Amino acid sequence: MAMIGQPLDRIDGRAKVTGAAKYAAEFRVPNAVHAVLVQSTIAAGSITGFDLKEASDMPGVLAIITPNNAGKLTHPENVPQAVAGPLLQNKDILFNGQHVALVVAETLEQAQSAASAVRLTYTRGEAATSMDAMLGQAYPPKHFRNGARPPDTSRGNADESFATGAVKMDATYVTPIEHHNPMEPHATIAAWDGDRVTVWTATQGISGVQSTLAGQFGIDKANVRAICPYVGAGFGSKGNTWPPATLAALAARTVRRPVKLVLSRSQMYTSNGYRPRTVQKLKIAAAADGALLSMRHDGFSSMSRPSLGEFAEPVALATEMLYACPNVAVTHRLVALNAALPTYMRAPGEASGVYALESAMDEMAVALKMDPIAFRLKNYAETDPHENKPFASKALRACYEQGARAFGWEKRSAEPRSMRDGNILIGWGFATSTYPTNRMPSAVKIRMEKDARVVLQCGTQDIGTGTYTVMTQVAADTLGIPMHHIRFELGDSNMPPGPVSGGSMTVASVSPSVQAACRALLDKIKDRAVAQPGWGGQSRDGLQLRDGQVVGIGQQISLATLLEHGPIEAEAKTQPGDEKKEFSMHAFGAQFAEVRVDPDLGEIRVSRYVGAFDGGNILNAKTARSQLIGGITYGIGMALHEETLVDQETGRIVNTNVAEYLMPVNADVPDIQTIIVPNDDKNSNPLGVKGIGELPMVGVAAAIANAVYHATGVRVRKVPIRIEDVL
Amino acid sequence: MDELITRREVMVVAAGGMALSQAPAHGADRASDASEKQTSDVPVSLRVNGRALTLHVDQRTSLLDALREYAGLTGTKKGCDRGACGACTVHLDGRRVISCLTLASRCQGKDITTIEGLANGDQLHPVQAAFIEHDGLQCGYCTPGQIMSAAALIKEGHAGSDPEIREWMSGNICRCGAYPNIIAAIRHASRGA
Repeated sequence: MAMIGQPLDRIDGRAKVTGAAKYAAEFRVPNAVHAVLVQSTIAAGSITGFDLKEASDMPGVLAIITPNNAGKLTHPENVPQAVAGPLLQNKDILFNGQHVALVVAETLEQAQSAASAVRLTYTRGEAATSMDAMLGQAYPPKHFRNGARPPDTSRGNADESFATGAVKMDATYVTPIEHHNPMEPHATIAAWDGDRVTVWTATQGISGVQSTLAGQFGIDKANVRAICPYVGAGFGSKGNTWPPATLAALAARTVRRPVKLVLSRSQMYTSNGYRPRTVQKLKIAAAADGALLSMRHDGFSSMSRPSLGEFAEPVALATEMLYACPNVAVTHRLVALNAALPTYMRAPGEASGVYALESAMDEMAVALKMDPIAFRLKNYAETDPHENKPFASKALRACYEQGARAFGWEKRSAEPRSMRDGNILIGWGFATSTYPTNRMPSAVKIRMEKDARVVLQCGTQDIGTGTYTVMTQVAADTLGIPMHHIRFELGDSNMPPGPVSGGSMTVASVSPSVQAACRALLDKIKDRAVAQPGWGGQSRDGLQLRDGQVVGIGQQISLATLLEHGPIEAEAKTQPGDEKKEFSMHAFGAQFAEVRVDPDLGEIRVSRYVGAFDGGNILNAKTARSQLIGGITYGIGMALHEETLVDQETGRIVNTNVAEYLMPVNADVPDIQTIIVPNDDKNSNPLGVKGIGELPMVGVAAAIANAVYHATGVRVRKVPIRIEDVL
Repeated sequence: MDELITRREVMVVAAGGMALSQAPAHGADRASDASEKQTSDVPVSLRVNGRALTLHVDQRTSLLDALREYAGLTGTKKGCDRGACGACTVHLDGRRVISCLTLASRCQGKDITTIEGLANGDQLHPVQAAFIEHDGLQCGYCTPGQIMSAAALIKEGHAGSDPEIREWMSGNICRCGAYPNIIAAIRHASRGA
């Protein structure tokens, strides 16, 4: 039976339910001491002095590292995951909560205590903390999408055609700063041995950690080993190599002992990126029959001071390709603030951008008096209208149909406030989802031991998505041997490299190399067979591996016999081909939300949810469903809960904890029905997968906002939607 | 936990002290008495997963840090260190407590069960087995806390219906969003429990 596609239990499940799985901070490194970060309390200016007397006299303190004694680090070139700072390289203060010192002590308690006794003096500069106040000074990003495309594009003439529309909308949508808040805080243990350093670190990309640290400390990449067999999720926050990982290594070099640095939850709000706030202006016009004439999407996203790097939330990319509209213009702008550097967060661009786009599309459907799905279908893009290329595959129509049927959409009455359960207002909302299909190069090593058990290795990560499990399934099917004879290892930079676990691309990137390595191993087994005495007449390609036997024409030999000559090893590297030139590659989905709103109290509850997805080939139905419900839950948080609040006076984030930064808890999440629309997309990659990490969260906030409008008649153009917005 | 001084109370006292300082940098979130010059070595004898253990901790050490940093039992997770996420849930004398808000030095003679001690040898606890079967986890970091809470609430009789489980499990945040699967796992485990 083929293993691919089966709803199999995750292989690492037992380790995770028994507490045996080791996360970064949990490795036993002899003689390790503890480091605690100290952060600035102003948002702009410079440090004029440190008073370290009290702190350095405290018990157990080994070192206090400040810009005065940190030593110079170099910025690695051409490492996209390297973050420029703050790395204690100067005394400028660019945001509130910036790392300004590092205290190292024998125990955690001593380091925490001493860190609280570090005193700083500053000269204060003027801080820009309000994005709205700075909107007039927005500027185009310099390296949009790492220079792969310009920040602005257009086809036709969006502005002229807007005037000709029979039905128009022009509105601004706002999304807040959001924080990833993986449950595992960022953690690194660093240990030097001469000029070699080993880091056990919580990361979505061990290769990036290796390259970044090598560059920063001026050592060879081979002298940096990054280890991360389990990571307590990341959602983008562990994609870059953020300063705390570097500072742990710096501290270890300073005190000449292994150092463990674990961020507090509070420190996670200024240490490892966030989803920037966006202001998005949408202008859409359509003919009376619902045919789109013009779309304009101008996106602004908040940024740090430019010297810290650049991250632009690519909010308008879906607007280019999702609908067949002849006139489209999109722009992306940045607003520099005294804030930490933002970064990728689950479905970067699409989460914020499709929220605005699909809210606007709902407003258009209402204005056109069309059913929201019928309006989408009227403008269905059969080919990519921006790139003028066929889609590698697109089963969006089936997502609409199957999702609508499961949800019971035909029973919806269009009028707002028209559906009730007693006093409670019921709202049904809908939105489209889409996310690009990505792939990067990867390499895999494989070894068949003398007992015919197989070990595969790739320096990839399992961020909770099921990499261990699905790669084992792929290997089992390719080799034709049972899964329990196969072990897939990951999370060590000594292994052949894999890409960062981001952009929903791990399976698309790594599984082709797993397949190729397995085939290379099979070839070597067969080579060994045809080299046996009396096997000269057999052709390698005619041989088969069955039940532990290599079978040829009229002959067979057991694997055990062949392996008496020693284990067999192989390695394979794969990379994307020209498919991106030929095809537009995207995953799609349809999101359906039911909300119940108390008309007196304004309380909004998501009471029912259906999501139907074209994620290409699904390798494990069980872990895939988990990702789908998890993404939808992330979207519920975006719609109703999550918002990082910045005090405009001080530039300080005021809700740096998981009690006041609201995230969905169990009681916030209803039964979720997920539908996987079968679609084996062989145009995109060998396994036909599209990636489903980000897809399920895209459009959720719009579906819920549209449901809130349907329930209440109130169009809220910002998230999170709060009680006071609908009263 | 009523008879124990919790870390929350310690933090309230210490936060008052913080306000007096001149220009504190907010690095050390865990406020502590900065005037204290001596590190105390507090011996604590307790039973962890049925095994007698004497740990020499700092008087400021939480039960969570005692388990992770002093006893090498890292199955119990630190998610927020403020009692808000539930990842550090353990059983103390049979009751579930948030170990990050429990002072280790107040656990003298107590009986602690952590995720490492929940299974019966190789035989998983029904909640552990159900979490695997229903995929009630993804990254796995909140999972020990979820399971310790779930095992306790089943025993307490709070797993009677899905809405009841949802309510009682809402002190354990799962950022991967495995909630519907967690409900399914607890429902399954409670039937046999």
